[in-house]
Amino acid sequence: MSIWQRYCIRSLPARSNRERTAVLALLCAALLAAAALSLRCGSQNIPLWELLSSLRRGDPGDPALRILLHVRIPRTLAGGLAGCALAMAGTLIQAVLNNAMASPNVIGVNAGAGFAALLAVSLAPWAARLIPLASFLGALGAALFIYALAAKAGLSRTTLILAGVAVSSMLTAGSNALTLLYPDMALGAASFMLGGFNGVTLAAVRSAGWYLAAGTALAAMLAADLDVLRLGEESAAGLGLHVGRTRFLAVLAAALLAGAAVSFSGLLGFVGLLVPHMARRLVGGDNRWLLPVSALLGGSFVLLCDVTARLLFAPFELPVGIVMSLLGGPFFLHLLRRKKGRVYD
Amino acid sequence: MIEFCHVTAGYGGEPVIRDVSLRIPRGEITALIGPNGCGKTTLLRAAGRQLPLYGGEILLAGQPVSTCGRREFARTVSFMPQVRAVPAITVRGLVSHGRFPYLGLARQLRSGDRAAVEQAMEDTGVSSMADRDLRELSGGERQRVYLAMALAQETEVILLDEPTTYLDLGRQFEVLDLIQALNARGKTIVMVLHDLAQALEYSHRTVLMERGNVVLCANPQALYESGKIDEVFGVRACRTEGAWYFAPRSKG
Repeated sequence: MSIWQRYCIRSLPARSNRERTAVLALLCAALLAAAALSLRCGSQNIPLWELLSSLRRGDPGDPALRILLHVRIPRTLAGGLAGCALAMAGTLIQAVLNNAMASPNVIGVNAGAGFAALLAVSLAPWAARLIPLASFLGALGAALFIYALAAKAGLSRTTLILAGVAVSSMLTAGSNALTLLYPDMALGAASFMLGGFNGVTLAAVRSAGWYLAAGTALAAMLAADLDVLRLGEESAAGLGLHVGRTRFLAVLAAALLAGAAVSFSGLLGFVGLLVPHMARRLVGGDNRWLLPVSALLGGSFVLLCDVTARLLFAPFELPVGIVMSLLGGPFFLHLLRRKKGRVYD
Repeated sequence: MIEFCHVTAGYGGEPVIRDVSLRIPRGEITALIGPNGCGKTTLLRAAGRQLPLYGGEILLAGQPVSTCGRREFARTVSFMPQVRAVPAITVRGLVSHGRFPYLGLARQLRSGDRAAVEQAMEDTGVSSMADRDLRELSGGERQRVYLAMALAQETEVILLDEPTTYLDLGRQFEVLDLIQALNARGKTIVMVLHDLAQALEYSHRTVLMERGNVVLCANPQALYESGKIDEVFGVRACRTEGAWYFAPRSKG
């Protein structure tokens, strides 16, 4: 047995369904807890029961209610949804490319979405509702470009990642150029490039909602087919799966999810790479479990990072992207180190 | 069962097999043999609809294969490639994928599907490892599990690309015996084999190929008597006491 196979056996457990159901239930609780934290914590801490009572009173002059309605609820929704969407997009892209190194930020999907969103804002500042569409199209363009490269040129896994990095850096350069050319654009260029939920509005989340819903529905429909694809292209085709169509639809779903998330949260990178790896450790490689678990884990992770970003230097806030990388980076390295240590034990 | 009519197929526009016509009868084991690069795997892949045809037509029970839907085809023909992925999955999970062509839009197994999966594991002797991780199994055990998946597919035809490669000799014969047992229960089997002696021993009909063409398709004894094996492989085939062996041609 090769070292790689031994590594896989130890890092990817084939779990029983009871264990996986337990993980799913725990993660639901974790997401709810993270959402509660995100509603109550900030530059002004408001206990949950107080939030509830001011909601019940519904007095428009109540400052707690105004914070809740205009700041905390939009922000919690945005953080949770962006985390879910980016983590699912990462899982889908890793499944399509059969490559654990891939994720929407690594192969340029986020960068494509971000560039298109910035372009839309610079060229048509009056059409804020078009931002999710532009962002989706940008994500799809980048994803299809990388996928076509992989399919046509038969790129190796490493080469594919390198190509993605190149595409990603070109698009980021484009975004940077746009933010210099149009310094006073509506999106708030610096925080958009770093990613964050400061000043996010319900309207922005709502206009991305349909894309999130469509992407999630598509992902749910494809999960079982992606599991068949794990057997390899030939075996999957032998079982009657339309391999090309499945892959294309999965790329489409990933672009919908990543594009929607980027349109209101900016370029949050790390979730899409980190969370699928964490989820795979918890429930194994089965996409039917991996997708929901990634979604819950991604939502909780982003919310917790956002709360940390608000509290760390309160009343000043860090963009959540910074916190995410600071918290997620070491954790990811830890995952890698543990895997390696286990290989030789 | 399967009929090739002037089939030309290959990769990236380059034909590997040219104008091949061949009839594979129902209920038999057919072995494809030939030197490396002769196109035996290409022929098998063409039969399994894994390749686009550049010319000709393949008929399955008289129907052109190209008019058949993917899932419908997968309910008649199963295909086991030579190199298979070894994902993190339990044995039962893998065998369950054999039911994929029968699943509805929700892709949920029904009780009939579950029964077929259990039966397939029973028939291939892998029931005792149903809950084990595929990656913990030996090569021979994995091969049985993949055969169980093909069996769960409940197809009339099973196509196998070098089912004994990478196995030690004892396991090779176990797998071949299992294939023979499946055939005895009515499966039509077409397989590419690297080992000539095994091909001649275990097939009802052996197809000898060379440079993209079929040289001869006959029962093993007739193929042996034709002397074509000696010609194509550059060896001397011998049969003593019911066993085949091959000697280099240079040594008299």
